Amino acid sequence: MSEQVADESLHGCPTSDSRGQRVVHPTRDGYIALLKKLLDDGFTICTDLTAVDYLVHPGRALPEGVDPERFEVVLNLLSIADRSRLRVRVQVPESDARLTSTFELWPGTEAMEREVFDMFGIVFDGHPDLTRILMPEDWDGHPLRKDYAVGRIPVQFKGANS
Amino acid sequence: MSLVKNVLDDGLEGVPHNFVTGRLEDLVKWARSRSSWGATFGLACCAIEMMGSGGAHYDLARFGMEVWRASPRQADIMVVAGRVSQKMAPVLRQVYDQMMEPKWVISMGVCASSGGMFNNYAIIQGVDQIVPVDVYAPGCPPTPETLIHAIETLHQKIEDGELMKRRAATGAGANLHIEEIRASFSPTTPVSIGRTA
Amino acid sequence: MTAVENIRQTNEGGQEMKPRSEAGARELLREVGAVLRMSEAEVARLGEMPVDADEDQTMIINMGPQHPSTHGVLRLMLELQGETVLRCKPVIGYLHTGMEKTGEDLTFLQGGTNVTRMDYLSPLNNELVFSMAVEKLLGIDGDIPERAVWMRMLLSEMNRMSSHLLFLATNGMDIGAVSMMLYGWREREEVLRFFQKVTGLRMNHNFIRPGGLAADLPPGWRDDVLSILDMLPARLEEYDILMTEQPIWRERLQGVGVITADEALALGTTGPILRSTGVAWDLRRDEPYLRYRDVDFDVIVGTYGDAFDRYAIRLNEIRESMKIVRQILDRMPSGDYRIQNKKVTPPPRARIDESMEALIHHFKIFTEGFKVPEGEVYVAIESPRGEIGCYIVSDGGPKPYRIHMRAPSFVNVQALPHMMRGGLVADAVAVISSIDPVLGEVDR
Repeated sequence: MSEQVADESLHGCPTSDSRGQRVVHPTRDGYIALLKKLLDDGFTICTDLTAVDYLVHPGRALPEGVDPERFEVVLNLLSIADRSRLRVRVQVPESDARLTSTFELWPGTEAMEREVFDMFGIVFDGHPDLTRILMPEDWDGHPLRKDYAVGRIPVQFKGANS
Repeated sequence: MSLVKNVLDDGLEGVPHNFVTGRLEDLVKWARSRSSWGATFGLACCAIEMMGSGGAHYDLARFGMEVWRASPRQADIMVVAGRVSQKMAPVLRQVYDQMMEPKWVISMGVCASSGGMFNNYAIIQGVDQIVPVDVYAPGCPPTPETLIHAIETLHQKIEDGELMKRRAATGAGANLHIEEIRASFSPTTPVSIGRTA
Repeated sequence: MTAVENIRQTNEGGQEMKPRSEAGARELLREVGAVLRMSEAEVARLGEMPVDADEDQTMIINMGPQHPSTHGVLRLMLELQGETVLRCKPVIGYLHTGMEKTGEDLTFLQGGTNVTRMDYLSPLNNELVFSMAVEKLLGIDGDIPERAVWMRMLLSEMNRMSSHLLFLATNGMDIGAVSMMLYGWREREEVLRFFQKVTGLRMNHNFIRPGGLAADLPPGWRDDVLSILDMLPARLEEYDILMTEQPIWRERLQGVGVITADEALALGTTGPILRSTGVAWDLRRDEPYLRYRDVDFDVIVGTYGDAFDRYAIRLNEIRESMKIVRQILDRMPSGDYRIQNKKVTPPPRARIDESMEALIHHFKIFTEGFKVPEGEVYVAIESPRGEIGCYIVSDGGPKPYRIHMRAPSFVNVQALPHMMRGGLVADAVAVISSIDPVLGEVDR
């Protein structure tokens, strides 16, 4: 199953279809403008804001005109009035891992953005309190990045020879 | 008086062993094992089973442990129930340090005993890295029966008196491993509450 | 390590609440509980907090992470003026298990064991949303047999009942009705015994798997469910007498932890918190999954957005769940308990002895795992705490490339500063309890 190439766009940004779910792909610069329009369209709840590190992904399907970057920040929006959902995927380059915060639009994204910062190292400009949230304050590294090891320790079993 | 000084220095172990003080020791150990208060260190899913074992069906009160003291100053047994994360580890040590002697630790569940299914950056691979553990209770989560078995094993050892001597000598816990007990289920006839149906 | 060094280790630096003189303006507003979609004038007015001539009239006090409230390792930093809470900042992460990272190492079949331990009070719902997301990626979400779907619904609703019973127990205990703790656990034991008979475990079942379920319902399950359904209504009425109509209970909960619909929507809260403000949003009715379209139930909605409404909503949701379970009992179809797609679900054990192909399929599914086509999907269902969502990105392999669970409690905990401001410390306990957070899913 592959994502269909978009033949329609939403507020000027290309869209695609992912297993029957609508996804819109704004650029980093047009990100906040698109989200403001979506908020006015009725997407009152941002249910989820997360990120994905595509470092070792073999290749993902993106619509025309969207350049893949290492990180992708993904928002899932919900409109209660229309009972519809929409996904927003914005590409974030590794060299400049910053994005504008959506705290002004949806204050509920505050903890989610802190988690993305903690786990991926993406900085959100305009966030009121961008500190780590899940790891201790003095932790080094961003655990959910693909170049960060799981941290498995070798387990010695009873009766093992070595 | 040398007897008082012995007790002040070494506690119960400093009391000279003779016919009279032997009975006193037995009495104290009997009392300690019969009315130990647990320190709530319920972290995750195991905490739910720990609360379940304190509930009406499994009832820890009959073993003298119905009282769970959140304040470590008033607790004897710390039941570490759940997975210990990197952020929680210093808190765990601090609470353990604040408990008064004599104190014991039960590591409840596989996550507390060895890191469980989470062998990764975030979970301490066994609380015995941080505190000396006396009884390891396996299970994910251990059924209340397993926890009661662990507590009773510990009570037996407290009454025997070996634990404190060993702790004083080596600083380590007793490291007793118990078997997991599967929960038994009778046909589901609910507990009657004094009225019909 | 000395005690002093240890205390320094527990200091979480920037994550903790800073004294008012050091906190920035926006941070202050957020901790006070201002929702920044108000007009400039309102924001300015909220920014004018009660100014203390000497700031040592207020104390910053730490509650947790180890405290007797039964909600797990939540740490709250409160700024108190006497007994009144001025600001509140939750500090989380004390149960962070790295489940999303571990999930990338486990196959899709093993993923259920990982995911089920996030919200450990309603584990079947976690497994359900994960399985539904995997099935959507596989493209088999329309082919799940009827019996499997209805069984999933039965287990999901029984889990909702056990979770809400635990809420009643812990809510009662936090308010002070300690005997409610014993009653709630007593009821919950009955449901857990049913789960043990069906799934083999009391908690963290790993029973709902991609493709269906792990096993069929055991014979005699109808009688077990009926005995639970016969026992509960009388006891729920007792709780109505013990709590709902009791003046002390009402004093403690009515008007405490009020949140408006706008605030709840802006913060992204879902579930009983959103419904208590009057917004009738329940995914079982508004975005039906499984066969909720075919069963008849009501969505309970509150009016005042206070802790009492949330308590009443959860109590009545148990009744609604019982209604649904009764309908499922009548309408449970016969058939397969999992899809017969050999690539996804393992073959029956007996066939492994007879057929080489079955043996190979079994081997491949359990060692390497079944491959899921490339793509990404987000599926959401209604858990007892709100909307739980699962976002999976697959790279065509047998393990998820990225798995993220949208945990309802993680988002709901953000509502704490709003609800606590201006209340007393005792109300703080009632408010945390009314949100019913499960720290396993908050921290994952």
